[in-house]
Amino acid sequence: MTERIKKIIDTESILPGKSQSGMLHNIEVFTDRYKFILGVILAAALVVLPFVMGDQYLLTVTVKIGAYAILAMGLNILTGYTGLVSLGHAGFVAIGAYTASLLSVNAGADFFTSTLAGMVVAGLVGVLLGLPTLKVTGTYLSIITLGFGEIIKMIAMNWSSVTNGTLGVKNIPKPEIFGIEMTVGNYGMYYLMLALVVLTAVFCLMVVRSKTGRAFQAIRADEMASTMMGINITGYKILAFVISACICALGGSLYATVIGYIDPNTFNFDVSTLILSIVILGGMGTIRGMFVGAAILIAFPEVSRFLMEYRFVLYGVILVIMMRFRPQGILGWKSTLPYKLNSKVRAEIEKIEAEEKEGD
Amino acid sequence: MLIQQVFNGLALGMGYALIAVGYSLVFGILRLVNFSHGSIYAFGAEMAMVFIGFQFGIVPGIIAAMVLTGILGVCIDKVALEPLRKKKSMPIASLITTIGISNIVTQLLIVSLGSEKRNFPALFNFGSIQIGNIAVSSTQIMMCVVSLALMMVLVFIVYKTKIGLAMRASEQNAKAANMMGINVNFVISFTFFLAGVSATIAGVLVGSYYQIVYPNMGYMAGLKAFAAAVLGGIGSLPGALLGGLIVGVSESMAATFLGSTYRDSIAFIILIIVLIVRPHGLFGRKGITKV
Repeated sequence: MTERIKKIIDTESILPGKSQSGMLHNIEVFTDRYKFILGVILAAALVVLPFVMGDQYLLTVTVKIGAYAILAMGLNILTGYTGLVSLGHAGFVAIGAYTASLLSVNAGADFFTSTLAGMVVAGLVGVLLGLPTLKVTGTYLSIITLGFGEIIKMIAMNWSSVTNGTLGVKNIPKPEIFGIEMTVGNYGMYYLMLALVVLTAVFCLMVVRSKTGRAFQAIRADEMASTMMGINITGYKILAFVISACICALGGSLYATVIGYIDPNTFNFDVSTLILSIVILGGMGTIRGMFVGAAILIAFPEVSRFLMEYRFVLYGVILVIMMRFRPQGILGWKSTLPYKLNSKVRAEIEKIEAEEKEGD
Repeated sequence: MLIQQVFNGLALGMGYALIAVGYSLVFGILRLVNFSHGSIYAFGAEMAMVFIGFQFGIVPGIIAAMVLTGILGVCIDKVALEPLRKKKSMPIASLITTIGISNIVTQLLIVSLGSEKRNFPALFNFGSIQIGNIAVSSTQIMMCVVSLALMMVLVFIVYKTKIGLAMRASEQNAKAANMMGINVNFVISFTFFLAGVSATIAGVLVGSYYQIVYPNMGYMAGLKAFAAAVLGGIGSLPGALLGGLIVGVSESMAATFLGSTYRDSIAFIILIIVLIVRPHGLFGRKGITKV
């Protein structure tokens, strides 16, 4: 019996690999084999990066890329894994950024407490925005999220007694650890960004590989079939909204403290589409893609200054061309490696195996 | 005061309705929210300004702008969207493509014409009519008249002509329509042309109402018109008109009674309420799902 299970697992996982190009498979096998060494090299490179770079301006751009990578990972949970397209995620970013910076400016709370508060508020609003999924699906849901983004902007604009209206929030303090202020200059901001990005990525990986993540992906693949499998669709959709909102609030809070100033127009529809574009450019439903997508789309306007005004045209051209020739995103491919069973399942198989041997 | 605002709102709403028609027409056939429509509207208004500036008459100038914008719509469909349909790619790919195109059109306008606000000639300024203490300017009346006339033309095209029949057939079932000998791709291009033309007329009307045009004018107007289209039931022409009027009136009410910062968002609040209570809009047909 166990032989049969193994066989099924082997053939099923190898089959898609055969139809894919061989090079991709080889690269995947290579990275999988030297995972540890490559990881160490990458980690070392990321740690020494600010010393190599040394330039304030480049570092600020890098930190911005990190912040957007977090936002993209947040939206990816919702759009990439659960299949719900949101056009108003700037709203969650705004909630996170405003809650965190208002708390730290007015109440003197430190970065981590205020960020947590922002995430909690965004999560609660996420439940609220998730509720229409009971009735509304597809394009109409995207439209509701679009409206949500605009309404959050309006609240930020009109609730001037709290948010300071169109003037925005100025002089957002930098985060402090053990009394040391973390700025771009002393590389503190970069390492904070790095830590948060890694934390978010690990969290996303954990969610995706858990039962919850599989439920998300089942809903994306076929809603009806997943209902039949006993998945509580509404519950998981709302959960996806909440997780997504919390991650975006974290990114928003980081962004606010990097820039040091926010106003309602920082979080307009363009930001929502930018986050969505990052997710799609990098590859929906992948985590590796978010970094590449963020790096390209955020660095692009900075790198291509020589193109002058035309660089903003190119941004649109990239999106159109990507959709035409590689709609799954730059790094969007299905893994060709054999499916890895987790330790629990493997232990169970071994147990059965042992029992069968005893039976013989 | 109240009635005055209702009149202002109606005139404004007519403009939104004309933009909303473009969303509705395209959504009806492709089930695609055409996010580039706002920038097409801005393109139409800018082109009208440029052509009127050439001094070969106002009406020929506007007609030239209409044709050019219509052709732009067709080009967008042929270059970017048709290949995606042929590949049968995911709906979100088309959506992102239209966002990209919107960016391209707006930025090209900024590069070639500059991002500043420019004066647009007041085309229908023949003074205003005083009814009691309500002042209705001739521009507002012209906006209503022209919009209603155009709406009637559109309804005529969709319901009484052969191409309209083909449009409705493609809307119901593109595959079956294709089998009946309808060139669905031509119908879709024609729809984009119509959308571009009505957007240009909206651009001219709104431009001459505020006497100002700028490349980014399509951003907010596009979103609001889109809200109007959804409000009335996207895919329905009377729905687009009603939605546009509701958005226009509520906007001018909100600007007067709540403060000008509310005017841009009131449309979205109404939109969300309507979508939650009646997910397919006021005039939308229920249960249109294309698998």
